[in-house]
Amino acid sequence: MKINKLYLLLILVALVAPSLVYPVFLMKLLCFALFACAFNLLLGFVGLLSFGHAVFLGTGGYITGYLMLNTGLTPELGVLAGTVGAGLLGAIYGKLAVKREGIYFAMVTLALAQLAFFFYLQAPFTGGEDGLQGVPRGELFGLIDLNDNFAMYYFVLAIFIFGFWMVHRTVHSPFGQILKAIRENEPRAVSLGYNVNDYKWVAFIISSALAGLAGSTKTLVFQLASLTDVHWHMSGEVVLMTLLGGMGTIFGPLVGAGVVISIQNMLSGGELGNYIHIIMGIIFIVCVLAFRSGIVGEFQKLVKKNFG
Amino acid sequence: MATIFGINLFALSGQLLVGLINGSFYALLSLGLAIIFGLLKIINFAQGAMYMLGAFFAWMALNYMGINYWWALILVPLAVGVLAILMERFLVRPIANEDHLYSLLLTFGIALVLQGLFTHIYGSSGLPYQIPAELKGGTKLPFMYLPNYRAWIIVSSLVVCFSTWWVIEKTKLGAYLRAGTENPQLMQGFGINVPLITTLTFGFGVALAAFAGVLAAPVYSVSPEMGSNILIVVFAIVVIGGMGSIGGAILTGLLMGVVEGLTKFFYPEASTTVIFLFMVIVLLVKPAGLFGKEA
Repeated sequence: MKINKLYLLLILVALVAPSLVYPVFLMKLLCFALFACAFNLLLGFVGLLSFGHAVFLGTGGYITGYLMLNTGLTPELGVLAGTVGAGLLGAIYGKLAVKREGIYFAMVTLALAQLAFFFYLQAPFTGGEDGLQGVPRGELFGLIDLNDNFAMYYFVLAIFIFGFWMVHRTVHSPFGQILKAIRENEPRAVSLGYNVNDYKWVAFIISSALAGLAGSTKTLVFQLASLTDVHWHMSGEVVLMTLLGGMGTIFGPLVGAGVVISIQNMLSGGELGNYIHIIMGIIFIVCVLAFRSGIVGEFQKLVKKNFG
Repeated sequence: MATIFGINLFALSGQLLVGLINGSFYALLSLGLAIIFGLLKIINFAQGAMYMLGAFFAWMALNYMGINYWWALILVPLAVGVLAILMERFLVRPIANEDHLYSLLLTFGIALVLQGLFTHIYGSSGLPYQIPAELKGGTKLPFMYLPNYRAWIIVSSLVVCFSTWWVIEKTKLGAYLRAGTENPQLMQGFGINVPLITTLTFGFGVALAAFAGVLAAPVYSVSPEMGSNILIVVFAIVVIGGMGSIGGAILTGLLMGVVEGLTKFFYPEASTTVIFLFMVIVLLVKPAGLFGKEA
């Protein structure tokens, strides 16, 4: 009951937010928060560190961007295509990656993502270094013009709520319980008769499709799909958001994305650009050494200690 | 012009040479990773940054202190090794008993800081480093022209790689090392200082990357991004090789360099991806890697 009130409050805040804060910033935040939620589904709830998750963000973005530019699809269909495309790539990559565990899993996902990076760099339809520019936002269901930032914002918010609900639903389902069992004690899950690799695989597909959803939406917001979204730096960023916010918590990725995007917005442009890497690196080091549960995790611990 | 089956031998051997050189760097870097992984079960994500640091230290030593290439080749790995020892002691060791993913994230953070720092100071365009005078020029072979410096890269990295292999696999010191990883408590019981050995080995593994960095400085331009670009390729190589053995890391590194060189000759479009494709095939056929022990 308590948690439902919290959700209602958050949705209320999200509904009025664009009148107070620049909507494009909010949309960027929502896209990255969704990306981080999708990533956290793997890292936080299955214990799988996918170090190449940017590939799904970027793939969703490229597919949506290409279709919107060339076929005149409506935006909801463009986003759907990007999501499905990223999910399919996730199915292939996931099948390969779940064969290895732990650190190897991280390396395999990173290398597979790099394979796609070089492909997108050279493929004729991605615009190479320039990316796909001037992607039209189109009209939602052929009715609502998304060039208006407010209309676009509510579309993005609806997508985010859907994605967040998907993660929430997955985690709190019997399927999610098995995922957590795998995270806690994989050999035991195996001995209970679960085909662990299949469960990991399905989680991987859901996560990559949602990451693709985030990428597709991001492409519509910024009207741009580029190599930055596929680069492994982006994979690092989403790890940072999740770690900083608190992996394995429902709200952690949201908070982490908020902090990282805000820092980047403050520092972007001009001389301070290089500081972003340095600061992100330091946050990484401090998080790992000092507060591994992240902001939300530490907050929950604090609440439990004082009020629990 | 020498040709066989219509293939330009001159161009082919040229690409093979480039492949062998890249392979030498891959071998040095994956060997360092394998040693660190073997002892500490850490994937040192900062290994690429340490390679970059090696190249930059060589450049700085020459331009700020007038220390020439030959001294740099000895002093830079030592300096970077000492840095790595400090890093192990104060950053990595406190989390040594946590999930290994944390050490990966920690070293990733270190890599970001180093790369950001050097981009901030030197920009991202890259700095030139002259080939030392003694190694200028080259030898004309019947099928190719072999620049002396390139020959030196291959020979010196092979010597370093195989002496490392020999020390670890064939000497008493190596036996202690391997025993220390298998059963640290037992080795402690025999009066061997395992944490010291671990720290020194970490330093040595990183020093190998710095050595590769100094070797690379005259052939590639010295830039902050050189480390992150090569590191991901080396990760793929590690997956292919399987990290099961020290020798496997060296051989896979060299082999993949050659594979890359051959691809550049026969089908250049795929040269940046061929190693990753190779990794996919190995994962399908033998998930533990070519030299991997685990099932």
